[in-house]
Amino acid sequence: MDKKLALTLYQKMLQLREFELKVQELYRRGLLPGFVHLYVGEEAVAVGVCANLQPTDLVYSTHRGHGHALAKGVPGREVMAELWGKSTSSSGGRGGSMHMYAPEYGFMGTNGIVGAGIPLATGAALSAQLRKSGQVVVAFFGDGAVNSGSFHEGLNFGAVWNLPVVYVCENNLYATEMAFRRATKNTSVQSRAAAYKLPGVEVDGSDVVAIHAAARAAIEQARSGGGPTLIEAKTYRFVGHHEGDPGTSYRTREEVEEWKGRCPIKSLRNKLLQDGGVSLESVEQVEREVHEWLDEAVQFARESPEPEASTVYDHIYS
Amino acid sequence: MPEQLREISYVDAGVEALREEMQRDSTIVYIGQGIGPRGGNFRQTRGLCPEFGEERLRDTGICELGATGVAIGAAMAGSRAIVDEVFLDFSLEAMTQIIQQAANICYSSNGKIRAPVLVRSAMGSVRNAGPHHSHCFYGWFASTPGLKVVTPATPYDVKGLLKSSLREECPVIFIEHKALYNSKEMIPEGEYLIPLGEARIHREGRDITLVGISKMVHIALEAAAALEKEGISAEVIDPRTIVPLDRARIAASIKKTGRIAVIDEAPAMCGFAGEVVALACEECFDALDSPPLRICSLPIPSPFSPVLESQVIPTAERVVKEVRKLMEN
Repeated sequence: MDKKLALTLYQKMLQLREFELKVQELYRRGLLPGFVHLYVGEEAVAVGVCANLQPTDLVYSTHRGHGHALAKGVPGREVMAELWGKSTSSSGGRGGSMHMYAPEYGFMGTNGIVGAGIPLATGAALSAQLRKSGQVVVAFFGDGAVNSGSFHEGLNFGAVWNLPVVYVCENNLYATEMAFRRATKNTSVQSRAAAYKLPGVEVDGSDVVAIHAAARAAIEQARSGGGPTLIEAKTYRFVGHHEGDPGTSYRTREEVEEWKGRCPIKSLRNKLLQDGGVSLESVEQVEREVHEWLDEAVQFARESPEPEASTVYDHIYS
Repeated sequence: MPEQLREISYVDAGVEALREEMQRDSTIVYIGQGIGPRGGNFRQTRGLCPEFGEERLRDTGICELGATGVAIGAAMAGSRAIVDEVFLDFSLEAMTQIIQQAANICYSSNGKIRAPVLVRSAMGSVRNAGPHHSHCFYGWFASTPGLKVVTPATPYDVKGLLKSSLREECPVIFIEHKALYNSKEMIPEGEYLIPLGEARIHREGRDITLVGISKMVHIALEAAAALEKEGISAEVIDPRTIVPLDRARIAASIKKTGRIAVIDEAPAMCGFAGEVVALACEECFDALDSPPLRICSLPIPSPFSPVLESQVIPTAERVVKEVRKLMEN
């Protein structure tokens, strides 16, 4: 394991975790409007995948998308300001949690419609192919998307046109409260890749190093004209579907605790300290930096101005 | 020197617009079922594939949801995309992508992401196609902020409006009428554009304004000719685009004639005709000599039987009858 890379991945995952816990706190205090779906527990997937992307590569995300935005490089202060509905974020407060866009960082949006990002990402990859831009596009989606037509039609297009796109399924075992095993007879998402003649890869969604390696191979393949890959990351959300759902009426406490025991951040921290040759001092330094980063983001968002009411009609048509 | 004119069909006018714009703008990619070597179910892309190749004319299977999402995604990322649903009815498969993604993206992204996608399809009743191939639900699109809705009635308008639509930076719903594909009109030899949002006055009149779009423009013209013989002078206006709507030109006509009838191939409920009537009431109330009139398709699914189908859609006879009755009151 590359020490420097591992420490970077640790820092990024911790940013995502601390950010979401702060969002949870702010939301519970009634400071954030709308709805939020938190990414707590799934950090390794976004971080492991996006660490392989160039700034000009594109990401299409989901309703659980704050982590994808941060991992793709959208500054924490901008993501926080958007969740607060403030004017200083990339989307100027017009989008919020589920409609957050920052194309200047290659972040093409969270999405309130499950599965919708899959055809969109595929189309962006078609554009990249036609323009010979060298870009790779990543579509993140959950297990809740894979029984939809968007998944089937999107992957079919990506395969038949050999597009530079990587499909990343974050299989956290539940779509809202619906267990994946109750929603489908074939609970192996990666096995569905064969239906479209794509490579399918299953990876431990709690192991950021494994995800990083699997994503690197898929992204390199896509960039070199080898077409799409379907990656299934087995993961789990430690929290409810949305903030307000305790997440325990359809999952046992034992199951939740078992997955928390496999926390991707704690695991990596232990590895770094035990056999990664990283000092406790370096790890704590990273942790201090993350907290400072988060405090700054919250302060920026809190103090940012609201949008001017008179701008309500702006940008309906470009 | 007067400009050279030549005759062209409605469908060929569309092909010509596409050819000119695809030559001009190398970022245009055209996606849809049967639009490649086959040249389109209605011949609406005939001859384009040999010229531009299968890279830019992307034949697809029958999968409107995916194809439309792909087109929107391509448009978001730097291409200009056309997706051909073939029949307007089939765009329902893709509605979530059109309404939830394409229409919202510019606003929600604070103007940072644009989706210059053109959703092309053909609507309307023709040859007893029945309920799955006859719908006219332009009103659904028109009620969604973020979309523009274009409904040309003649070859001249097809060409000029399609070219303009392919220069818009927002999603455009471009709806042709199946029954008009073989109709012909003289058009200029050279290039021309028609701005979206400019109504066309097809016939001037004094006594009543007839507003229609697409095939109903021709029904209105037929009715106007018949009414003329009865001494009723009807003005015929085609807004040509529902969004944006040329409110000023429609209002000016109503104020001149004092009466308004809207002829609409869609059912009346929450529709285009009602919108124009609302415009008449809001902007021309004092000028109205009689209540505004809607002449719409009957609110029933499109029946297969030719006898039954003939009852549904407004005809010139029905327009004449209803206008005559209005004028008598």
